[in-house]
Amino acid sequence: MAQDTPITNIGRPAAPDEVRRWDQSVSGDGSGLPPGKGTVQEGQRLFAQKCAACHGPTAEGGAEKSLVGGQGTLATLKPEKTIGSYWPFAPVIWDYINRAMPRFQEGTLKPDEVYSLTAFVLWRNGIIGENDVMDAQSLPKVRMPNRDGFLPAKPEWPVPKEDPY
Amino acid sequence: MEADMKSKKPGRRQFLKKGAVLAGAAMGAMQSAKGQTGASDLIDGRIEGTKYVTAYGERSRFEQARSQRIHDYEKEPFPAKKLTPLQDSVGIITPSPMHFVADHYVPPDIDPSTHRLMIHGMVDRPLIFTMEDLKRLPSVSRVYFMECLANSSLNRASRKDMDSVQRAHGRTSCSEWTGVPLSVLLQQAGVQSGASWLYSEGSDGGRYSYSLPMAKAMDDVLVAYGQNGEAVRPEQGYPLRLLAPGWEGPFSVKWLRRIKVVNQPQYAKTEVTLHGYLRPDLKGKALWFQFEMPPKSVITRPSGGQKLPGPGSYEITGLAWSGGGVIRRVEVSTDGGRTWQDAALQEPVHSKAHTRFRLGWNWDGEEAVIQSRCTDERGERQPSLEEMSRRVGVGMDYWIKTSVTAFQFNPIQPWRVTREGEIHNAILDSVPGAPASLGGDGSGHTDH
Repeated sequence: MAQDTPITNIGRPAAPDEVRRWDQSVSGDGSGLPPGKGTVQEGQRLFAQKCAACHGPTAEGGAEKSLVGGQGTLATLKPEKTIGSYWPFAPVIWDYINRAMPRFQEGTLKPDEVYSLTAFVLWRNGIIGENDVMDAQSLPKVRMPNRDGFLPAKPEWPVPKEDPY
Repeated sequence: MEADMKSKKPGRRQFLKKGAVLAGAAMGAMQSAKGQTGASDLIDGRIEGTKYVTAYGERSRFEQARSQRIHDYEKEPFPAKKLTPLQDSVGIITPSPMHFVADHYVPPDIDPSTHRLMIHGMVDRPLIFTMEDLKRLPSVSRVYFMECLANSSLNRASRKDMDSVQRAHGRTSCSEWTGVPLSVLLQQAGVQSGASWLYSEGSDGGRYSYSLPMAKAMDDVLVAYGQNGEAVRPEQGYPLRLLAPGWEGPFSVKWLRRIKVVNQPQYAKTEVTLHGYLRPDLKGKALWFQFEMPPKSVITRPSGGQKLPGPGSYEITGLAWSGGGVIRRVEVSTDGGRTWQDAALQEPVHSKAHTRFRLGWNWDGEEAVIQSRCTDERGERQPSLEEMSRRVGVGMDYWIKTSVTAFQFNPIQPWRVTREGEIHNAILDSVPGAPASLGGDGSGHTDH
């Protein structure tokens, strides 16, 4: 930067409350998950109401692809990338539902509803039990079947010179 | 033609018909004067005028009909996917209305006076900027390409055909971008030690989010509000977008509203699942976080779907680019890859930008295969399809049999010129069992 003049007085401080309102990111390790909880049963009810039109009543697909199944297909010519077969982190399901679903009504779900829908799709994939409750403590502990399915495990940049594959 | 030119306000149908005639005539214009027979094609009278000087100018109505963005699916997809008509490109800049689009969510319609950019997380001073604030900061303008990581993949069975350079490679565009270096904004906020990544987030319906390594953020990433001499277009992120030069398109978040400085990637759905790559040599494991787009070049004219009117002189021209920096060399072959000649590069050659190459060619009227390959400043050369396939241990037919969309796919693109002067996509000519011409039946499914 050929910039010698000091920069002063541009931008204003973000108040902690403003940061809280805008920062809804949840990362793979679960940091950012808000208070609240959800159940498979409540998720099933919400799914039928808000999600089934695109994802099918049992999350096995409709206008959109299936959210369940696909185990054992990743090494084939036609892999099925679902939550059960592919997604590496459970908290990111929460993040995605919260930020992007349902289409055209994004941002309308409350935290408890997002926890319940997350619980439902995890249960449909056989990853959690019918009576498991999902919250900021339990969700990060859910072990996803394809957790170790990605390379490299620690993304770094600049890329190392030698191709590790 | 004279009568056509003089007719006033043609109906849309007639207009489109004329457009088609002109599209045919465009290649005909390359024909030499020799062989002209019969009536003269000179117009003697004055051509009817137009009153079309509008406040925001328009291109010629003849171009409107001739050159358009298209999508490559059976039905118009939503969110939008639009392909740049590379076959009509001249020079290196893509007109902003022709820039490709690959949206994931509903694009927002943002009033810039209400738009805010927040920078927070591992910083000493969390800050909020207005658009006016950003325009007070030191700005830079740079020419950079932007390419979808899935550009050029051969697996898109839903494509009506892949015979044109637009359908096969139209997810790349090049603009002059103007904005503030992200490093300036991060310095204002004061990045804390240990911060190694940031997430950036858009204002679109799904709050598209993507993680970016801090080293890149401090290197050459722009927070851009200008594109080709005016405000960034709404479909390109108006009023503000991130621009990560040379990297896969998804890093360059549109409608940018928030940057959170962190010490690890978010592993968001878009970056991990949608853009994780089940590369065939990894046997069911996937790569996440690939970064730079590799060197690629393609002849844009003459190219698939165009027609040479007869033997004689032509200019072979096309575009080359690399996320690794400056294009150093483009070679062109007109004999199916047996011999190669250096093409001239249009100066100045910008780093991480489309680079125009040109080479004169005398077509003898026999069948010919024309193709280009480029080498970037690091010495990385664009591979053939055979080389790419060997590198990941698959047969060349893998790329059309799989539903996996290939990412960072940059093989040499050959075009076959028939004796009739027709031009077809020849990338699968040497692939056993491949269809005679590229063209999906619309029934297949893809994963991207």
